[in-house]
Amino acid sequence: PTDQTSIALFLCHPLHWPSLPAQRKYMRSPPIPEMATQEVQLNETLAHLKTESETLKTKLEEERAKLHDVELHQVAEKVEALGQFVMKTRRTLKGHGNKVLCMDWCKDKRRIVSSSQDGKVIVWDAFTTNKEHAVTMPCTWVMACAYAPSGCAVACGGLDNKCSVYPLSLDKNENLAAKKKSVAMHTNYLSACSFTNSDMQILTSSGDGTCALWDVESGQLLQSFHGHAADVLCLDLAPSETGNTFVSGGCDKKANVWDMRSGQCIQSFETHESDINSVRYYPSGDAFASGSDDATCRLYDLRADREVAIYSKESIIFGVSSVDFSLSGRLLFGGYNDYTINVWDVLKGTRVSILFGHENRVSTLRVSPDGTAFCTGSWDHTLRIWA
Amino acid sequence: MNMSTTNNIAQARKLVEQLRIEAGIERIKVIILVICFVSKAAADLMSYCEQHARSDPLLVGVPTSENPFKDKKPCIIL
Repeated sequence: PTDQTSIALFLCHPLHWPSLPAQRKYMRSPPIPEMATQEVQLNETLAHLKTESETLKTKLEEERAKLHDVELHQVAEKVEALGQFVMKTRRTLKGHGNKVLCMDWCKDKRRIVSSSQDGKVIVWDAFTTNKEHAVTMPCTWVMACAYAPSGCAVACGGLDNKCSVYPLSLDKNENLAAKKKSVAMHTNYLSACSFTNSDMQILTSSGDGTCALWDVESGQLLQSFHGHAADVLCLDLAPSETGNTFVSGGCDKKANVWDMRSGQCIQSFETHESDINSVRYYPSGDAFASGSDDATCRLYDLRADREVAIYSKESIIFGVSSVDFSLSGRLLFGGYNDYTINVWDVLKGTRVSILFGHENRVSTLRVSPDGTAFCTGSWDHTLRIWA
Repeated sequence: MNMSTTNNIAQARKLVEQLRIEAGIERIKVIILVICFVSKAAADLMSYCEQHARSDPLLVGVPTSENPFKDKKPCIIL
């Protein structure tokens, strides 16, 4: 059967229900059974019914899994196809001495913070490409960095197992390192960090398999999140309208959705075939995308509680390091280990563009807060702004 | 035979019949729910895209004059 109605009818037909085992002869025409035997038979029938309901439940799960044709791209068939996209590198930010590992936009839509394997954290004005601040961390591999909502501070960390906050001074000559505040302490590398709605709290994920929420002022641990079976590589906070949740992805191939207040894992998705390097919420907060070493990006809907789309091509065999949506959620940008950026039509599941420019892996990708451009960072030591 | 045993059997038969009907209904319900959830979820995602498409600069493209990254002004070398 092909359409939804006929599938439902097909499965409802009694022919397709599992059958009860044949009834015992004496249930239909008891000669003169003893009371005890009758009770045993009653219990047997009830036991058979319990088994039937278990069998039905299993069958339902199987049928549910077979409902392949109820996927996003099928529903989206009537949506107009997208035209050609012309996106080019508009700015190249040069200054890092080694692989760029992470970047984040400031809410002012022009400043960017980036971090690198050589321990440097740089704040740039993306319009002019000028460097505004630079800090040298005491460790190499600064894998995570984030801009504070106020624009007055940046957070970063990596192999030092910590997340530190640096207030940004207006005086460019001031030594930022002097005002550094150590906030988070993990027992393994810091893989990602993000301020919550204010400069006061930071959410971190770590190679130690946990995520944690910290108070910036006191450095106190407010909540910890346990559930991943291996390194947690990425996280993203739900858009503020949708409440206090965040999603994390890990080396255990799982994407977990967490309640920030209770620390509970409220939903978990395990369909990727390898490490999940990046997770990002859909702008409405009802879904999130993930990018993985299995060379696919996937879209998970939180209310349908399942994967609803997979973005892949046979010709794409290198892992995805980073994903982000355009403002309307129609486009999904993925940075890949084969140096390219693939642009996907989120609804139709097709690739609309492939962008070349970087000379090594794309390690990080973020769309600007007003959606006018996106920035990528690469192992080729540069960052590029695309529009 | 005593009345209560006959009643028990009758009741049990009713129960069995009832449970079979319920199992069938439950099955239909879950299948329809799954179809509806995914269809509804997909429809909501589509609707969000549609509503916000016009204000998505990377999707619709903005003129050079309006996108600060697309400016034609030469870089100022200090």
